[in-house]
Amino acid sequence: MTFKVLDDRAGQVIRTSKQGAVEVTCNKASAAGSVSQRACTFCGSRVVLYPIADALHLVHGPVGCAAYTWDIRGALSSGPELHRISCSTDLREREIVLGGEKRLEESLRGLIARYSPRAAFVYATCVVGVIGDDVSAVCKRVEADVGIPVIAVQSEGFRGTKRDGYSAATRALLELIGTGSIDSVGPLSINLLGDFNVAGESWIIKEYFSRMGVEVVSVLTGDGRVDEIRRAHVARLNVVQCAGSMTPLAKAMEEKYGIPFIRVSFFGIEDTAKALYEVAEKLGDKAVAQRAQELVRAELGKVLPALKEFKKDLQGKRAGLYVGGAFKAFSLVRALRQLGVTVALAGTQTGSREEYEELQAVCDENTIIVDDTNALELANFLVEQDIDVFIGGVKERPIAYKLGIGFCDHNHERKIPLAGFEGAVAFAREIHATATSPIWSLMPRKASRVRAALAKAVAL
Amino acid sequence: MTCATEHALSHSVSDAATVNPCTLCAPLGAVLASAGVQGAVPLLHGAQGCATYIRRYLISHFREPIDVASSSFGEAQTVFGGESNLHRALDNVARQYQPKLVTVATTCLAETIGEDVGRLLRSYEEKRDRHPPVVSASTPSFKDGHVEGFHTMVRALVESLALQRGTPLRSVNVLPPIVSPADLRHLSEIASAYGLSPTILPDYSETLDGVIADHYRPLPSGGTRIEDIASMPRALATLDLTLTGTAPRASAVLCERGVPMRLLGLPIGIRASDGLCDALGEISGASMPDWLEMERGRLLDAYADGHKYVFGKRVALYGDPELVVGLAGFLAEIGARPVLCATGARNRALRNALEGLPSGTVEEVIEDGDFGAIEVACRRLKPELLMGSSKGYHMARALGVPLLRVGFPIHDRMGAGRLLFVGYRGSAQLFDNVVNTLLEVKQSASPTAFSYL
Repeated sequence: MTFKVLDDRAGQVIRTSKQGAVEVTCNKASAAGSVSQRACTFCGSRVVLYPIADALHLVHGPVGCAAYTWDIRGALSSGPELHRISCSTDLREREIVLGGEKRLEESLRGLIARYSPRAAFVYATCVVGVIGDDVSAVCKRVEADVGIPVIAVQSEGFRGTKRDGYSAATRALLELIGTGSIDSVGPLSINLLGDFNVAGESWIIKEYFSRMGVEVVSVLTGDGRVDEIRRAHVARLNVVQCAGSMTPLAKAMEEKYGIPFIRVSFFGIEDTAKALYEVAEKLGDKAVAQRAQELVRAELGKVLPALKEFKKDLQGKRAGLYVGGAFKAFSLVRALRQLGVTVALAGTQTGSREEYEELQAVCDENTIIVDDTNALELANFLVEQDIDVFIGGVKERPIAYKLGIGFCDHNHERKIPLAGFEGAVAFAREIHATATSPIWSLMPRKASRVRAALAKAVAL
Repeated sequence: MTCATEHALSHSVSDAATVNPCTLCAPLGAVLASAGVQGAVPLLHGAQGCATYIRRYLISHFREPIDVASSSFGEAQTVFGGESNLHRALDNVARQYQPKLVTVATTCLAETIGEDVGRLLRSYEEKRDRHPPVVSASTPSFKDGHVEGFHTMVRALVESLALQRGTPLRSVNVLPPIVSPADLRHLSEIASAYGLSPTILPDYSETLDGVIADHYRPLPSGGTRIEDIASMPRALATLDLTLTGTAPRASAVLCERGVPMRLLGLPIGIRASDGLCDALGEISGASMPDWLEMERGRLLDAYADGHKYVFGKRVALYGDPELVVGLAGFLAEIGARPVLCATGARNRALRNALEGLPSGTVEEVIEDGDFGAIEVACRRLKPELLMGSSKGYHMARALGVPLLRVGFPIHDRMGAGRLLFVGYRGSAQLFDNVVNTLLEVKQSASPTAFSYL
């Protein structure tokens, strides 16, 4: 069967060329029957708020939505771990017919009494939007009695894409921000937006800022704490790492509290260094800038020799990547280039038009760019582009492996920190471990090439 | 067996919410059933997330690609109905995969807005000249979990596709509950050894435990052939390996179409495996083949060698009811004590299915429970071993009790697809694993580093 991209997806797949960027169709609902790699609005809200570790996260709906998001992220906490349990109102037929408000209220009160959270988030799922529960009213009622913020997240799966889920999470966070103490915050203070402390990455980044003399008021939402989020409005600068999910929040905070924001990335040594310099520059403090330079120099000294070693083996390899947001994709293209690896396939679930322009600019010619791709497209493009290592999440993993292609998990389930300078080495190690594994030479596709090469060598 | 209190049967310990569910949703079961049919693509009627979450969950267990399509509801479909999206999804699935069959299962959303999938499919068939056959099942998760979703889809497949009449074939229908690909392969091997051609439905032994090819297959090879499903009414008998059902099952449909049914349960342990082999012997008129006789003997030999290590050991079981029943029977047979039998399934059939065990073996049964309730029960019952899915790991760690991973999902170990439990061979592997898990604890806890136990 010859492969052809679905008509419904025309314009969502392009190839970079010398002629410059072309417009990529994006930010639209997944085509029905396409087998998109995307989840839903609920997923977008759930992943953003997930790492807030001292909040109760109650999924209001039938049991599945909560079951699939139980302990799903590698987001670590230095203290409470309420985020790692899965709470569901587990709606049954009775509630579908009669309404779920009573059950929601009972569940909320019971769970709050049992776990003493600092706040509670209630996620509305598809059916809740249909049966007409007034989730906000229940939340307000419970909040008035229990004395902690109880926040409704309007995350019904059908409301839109994952991106719309980010917006719902943003609205929920804005209900918390601005309600905490404004004491003892200096001018050299920032919030880190869009780092989720996967495998402890927020801690790595916070340590850099601590060395630079910059105070991190709040991380949204890695190793998140309700009280820290409540006072996020006092920071002088918002540093946005996961731009896809957190730009709406940064914009809202700029509007409401006058906090400027910059978009950065801590993936790869280039982008990490650039991020630290930009923060220093934005804060306008010479001493901080000086310390940033010293830090970057010291860290580079530590990691460059290791990266050089990996590059020796990786030079000339070809990579494909499919990630959630575009900013991570830019960073990965640069980080892989640093390792001698060319990106020949790049895509995102939620990229915007401008982001795809930039993605085309950072990629080499003849790179396939995909928006909201599906399993079959990925499989075909991996072969077409002769990819050696694919970078994505769990859903992409077996597609690569079934083709005898290496894989690196760069999604939120991973347990290895890939951010910052040490993260860059871990990333290189991951890529190296999979791209240079001897097993691939045994797999049918590669083995036939090895046999052909051997035959040729013998003939010579 | 004492009756569990109402307290243990409630959703969880202190409130109405479910905390750490011990079940998944019904469409997941339907997808799994569909994955065992050759050339079938599952399609979920509802919002995109359900399909993607289920894919991710199944991929983490089987470590295989599994494509699940969605009719991708947005707000408009939620308000006005999803007819055009379902039709478009069917078109796109047909174009991309050229499937032999599409299975449509409903999500909570589609059911809540009252979608009449039967009508939508009829209107599709009227509009299109050529299209793959479609089988649909109603699987709202507010009604039931993945176990019922699985059986509902199997029944729908049989109802729609198993229509052939004619002279009897020398075949046997095997309807397993959710088991591993290795289990499915072994069931086929055993039935074949009696000279019967088995039609196992579903059979994801290859589709979800496949090989690496030199090119990507849009649809994995393997699965029950549709023509074999069609001829199921011509089989000599149906072996239904699920005791814990309450809803009408596929075996009942086949029974109505003239195939005698035998209700057996999962063949784990000597007695249950004997039950399967006796049934196959009676159906085929053949006697047990020598190799199987040898495997039976080796299992008995293993029991003799290891019985003291397991005698009286208190074990807590949780998971799909059929697996729990199978394991409980096995543990009772070897002298261990399945003191807690727990499931998140709601069909309330577990308790009855455990009635046959010697009295006092099971101390508590939890149905429709979550891990919150199971953990509380464990603290009371003090098991020395837990057996169940990976999702009990938190609990096992909190309790300081070893966990032997069985069932679905296994997300933190390799080889879930190769775990074998059924038959004498599978039981021997299971027995070794139970004994070795207990020995490991004993050895690690001993102040003396014995290398000889």
